Amino acid sequence: MPSDRRPIVAPLSRRALLGGALGLTVTGGFGRLAQAAGGAAAERILVLLELNGGNDSLNMVVPYADPAYRRARPGLAIGRDAVAQLDERLGLNRALEPLMPSWQGGELAVALGVGYPRPNRSHFRSIEIWNSASDSEQVITEGWVNRLFAAAPQEGGAGATDAVVLGGPSGPLLGPALRTVVMRQPERFLQRAANVGEGAAEGSNPALDHILGVRSDVTAAAEEIEAHLERAPKIAVEMPEGRLGRQLENAARLILAGVPLSAIKVAQSGYDTHAGQAGRQRKLLTELSAALAAFRAALIQGGAWDRVLVMTYAEFGRRVAENASGGTDHGTAAAHLVLGGRVRGGLIGEQPSLTALDGGDLRHRLDFRRLYATAAHRWWSLPQVPGGPFDGFAPLDLIAA
Amino acid sequence: MPRSRPPLIARLPFTAATAAIWTLLWASSAQALAERDARHLLARTGFAPSPAGIDRLAGVGRAAAVERLLDQAGSTAVTPAPDWVARWQPPKKRARDLTQSERKALKETMRKQAVELKAWWYREMVATPSPITEVMTLFWHGHFTSGLRKVKAPALLFRQNTLLRRHALGNFGDLLREIVRDPAMLLYLDGARSRRDAPNENFARELFELFTLGEGHYGERDVKDAARAFTGYSLDRRSGSFRFRARWHDPGEKIVLGRRGTFDGDDVVEILLAQPRTAQHIVEKLWRALVSGAPDPAEVERMAVLFRDSGYEIKPLLRALLSSESFWDEAARGRLIRSPVDLLVGTVRLFDIPVRDGRNLAMAGRLLGQDLFEPPNVKGWPGGTAWITSESLVERQAILSYVAGDATAMTAAAADKRDRGETRNGGKAKRVAAILSSALDRWVDGLPAQWSDAASIALLLAPLPPVDTPVLNPDGSAALVRQLLLDPVYQLE
Repeated sequence: MPSDRRPIVAPLSRRALLGGALGLTVTGGFGRLAQAAGGAAAERILVLLELNGGNDSLNMVVPYADPAYRRARPGLAIGRDAVAQLDERLGLNRALEPLMPSWQGGELAVALGVGYPRPNRSHFRSIEIWNSASDSEQVITEGWVNRLFAAAPQEGGAGATDAVVLGGPSGPLLGPALRTVVMRQPERFLQRAANVGEGAAEGSNPALDHILGVRSDVTAAAEEIEAHLERAPKIAVEMPEGRLGRQLENAARLILAGVPLSAIKVAQSGYDTHAGQAGRQRKLLTELSAALAAFRAALIQGGAWDRVLVMTYAEFGRRVAENASGGTDHGTAAAHLVLGGRVRGGLIGEQPSLTALDGGDLRHRLDFRRLYATAAHRWWSLPQVPGGPFDGFAPLDLIAA
Repeated sequence: MPRSRPPLIARLPFTAATAAIWTLLWASSAQALAERDARHLLARTGFAPSPAGIDRLAGVGRAAAVERLLDQAGSTAVTPAPDWVARWQPPKKRARDLTQSERKALKETMRKQAVELKAWWYREMVATPSPITEVMTLFWHGHFTSGLRKVKAPALLFRQNTLLRRHALGNFGDLLREIVRDPAMLLYLDGARSRRDAPNENFARELFELFTLGEGHYGERDVKDAARAFTGYSLDRRSGSFRFRARWHDPGEKIVLGRRGTFDGDDVVEILLAQPRTAQHIVEKLWRALVSGAPDPAEVERMAVLFRDSGYEIKPLLRALLSSESFWDEAARGRLIRSPVDLLVGTVRLFDIPVRDGRNLAMAGRLLGQDLFEPPNVKGWPGGTAWITSESLVERQAILSYVAGDATAMTAAAADKRDRGETRNGGKAKRVAAILSSALDRWVDGLPAQWSDAASIALLLAPLPPVDTPVLNPDGSAALVRQLLLDPVYQLE
């Protein structure tokens, strides 16, 4: 929030200083962005999980004890006995049961009432706001991770690629400052990358140089990923069927293979539940929790869970009151999940009131940019600079040292 | 309706006499176009030029060639529109009053119409005898953006497209005067709902920032008061056409860019047209589309004056741009990255690839990052180097490999299906690849003798010498064409 501005440039870590002074390049599984911050942060990967369509978080993190909840949702409300309790007021939808070990282990945080002022209820416009971390009326075409990269010092990459998109649009990873590779099908990407050809930039024609530059990025990324994957150990955990399971399986392979990435994006779609929500959402959340639990197990087994932070996001939550079709319409704020080996678990922020509404919608309690600022400054340990993308948004204390 | 009143700035008619003076001025600098010059002019103002097109302009002077292009430009589409365009009725009920099955049916109709609309425009671009008209219509579509997802009425997007084409090479002032009443625009930027008690600033802001002055040339107060001036510019629910709702209009006094009055939206448009910055902004943008990624400030200023003095006639501006030294400069050749539409339509036109309904082109365009009638946001497509990302480059190469007859490189459609978890139709991919491959062979066989040597083929396909392809040592013309399609220079114009 603008009031808790903290325009302090964090001191360079000792490792970054040493690296800089000696002109060393840190090698091994380090992302470029994290490397700029140095230290343990250098190996950290952010996994962004998009719940495409706008998840009805009131039926995911259920305010089971609130009478207003049952009043607003005579058909859809989930009862006390059908939730896994988080506290005396909130409970997780039973479909998320596989995440309870994470909750009990204190490595699942549930951020409540996440949104932004003057919310937009169009899928298209609102996801753009979330992707770019812009204000409601501001149009920024580049993704927020790209903006962070553009503002961060870059001392040469550790690897050939900064980020990989495994599902959905590039969104937060879109923009020229990031070497993002989109490989919704890794095999297809690796096969096709062989088609793009090779050849370095020649220097006199910016358009041609750009194309040659991109294609050498593609080739280098493909070579690096292929080489890492070849000598990577097999994942011993059985990953669940389904598209999200496949995406997270590929994410786990990339991480465990030591591909030096800063961010990975995955997506699950189908959350636009205007009708017949109960069954559809249950199915989606079951897929979500099974995939996340297996992902976690695979990374714990591979010793990498401590360097992974998973964050969910979506364009919006849904209307408090159910509609006549057994569904819910576009709303505003929503709860989101943050998990990882270093996460300080628990509830973050406050559950928005179900009676003090704005046109039937929740008033947000936590600006989504504070979650992003947490990833930027606490997870990647990037210095918070005035004028940076999250200047004025205080990071949350949810990463253990 | 607001009264129509004389525009605040005088509009100089661009008379035959002025045209004659220009022609005289240029006659002295007339230079006969070589084949590669003709190719340059045609590629920038249209889609991949054919040998016949180049032959027609080769040997003609620069000025005369430009004149011929502008003279022959059409302002209407030649491809029959989908029949629902005329039959379209606005929905009778509000969206929230629809039953579940009505909602589903409406969504399905809209989805079908959206695809048909995109496919229709692709067919028009493939068929048009006036490519410059489509290039300019597409330019204005990227400028005066509107998108299906927000507007939710394909027929209104079609009407807007017709408006953009009618004025594509006409008069910018007229286009602007009409776009503020365009139904799709009124829905896209929320003007239709803007009333005096709650003016919506969305349209006014973009009108200043994107459509006319550009960022940094106005203040918040201007936006607020302009939004008030535009209240009441709305739609008639039954006909879906413009309707001025006097009761919604704020007739009070406004201050816009230092002028004070009881302005309505039309007055604001005239105030904006009187600002030198408007002309500069448009010239800069057209320069980036047609000349190079780095507008020359002095030249932009010269052309902006000319543009404004002509009363915003677009043809004299195009004439100036296309006749400028910057346009013809060696350093400008092959310096622009072809848009997805240009790459797809150009490839289809050049090789005379049969197009059944244009749906595959629409799908491929989306995959490459240019979904027609669905700009990424109100700023339109950023263009330039942003067209090429790791994703789009890989997809471009895959589509071009497919055109070259490589069945293993999936079609955009098949790739998309596979992404959606549906099975891939390998049999169909092979059949289509075979059709594409034979179209290519037929094209090579049919090349006129003077165009069938390796150097001519290279000149035809790309603006610069190939990077990867050894031109002098080809395994025959058909193989050379296949290699050139995948060469990075094929992506340039």
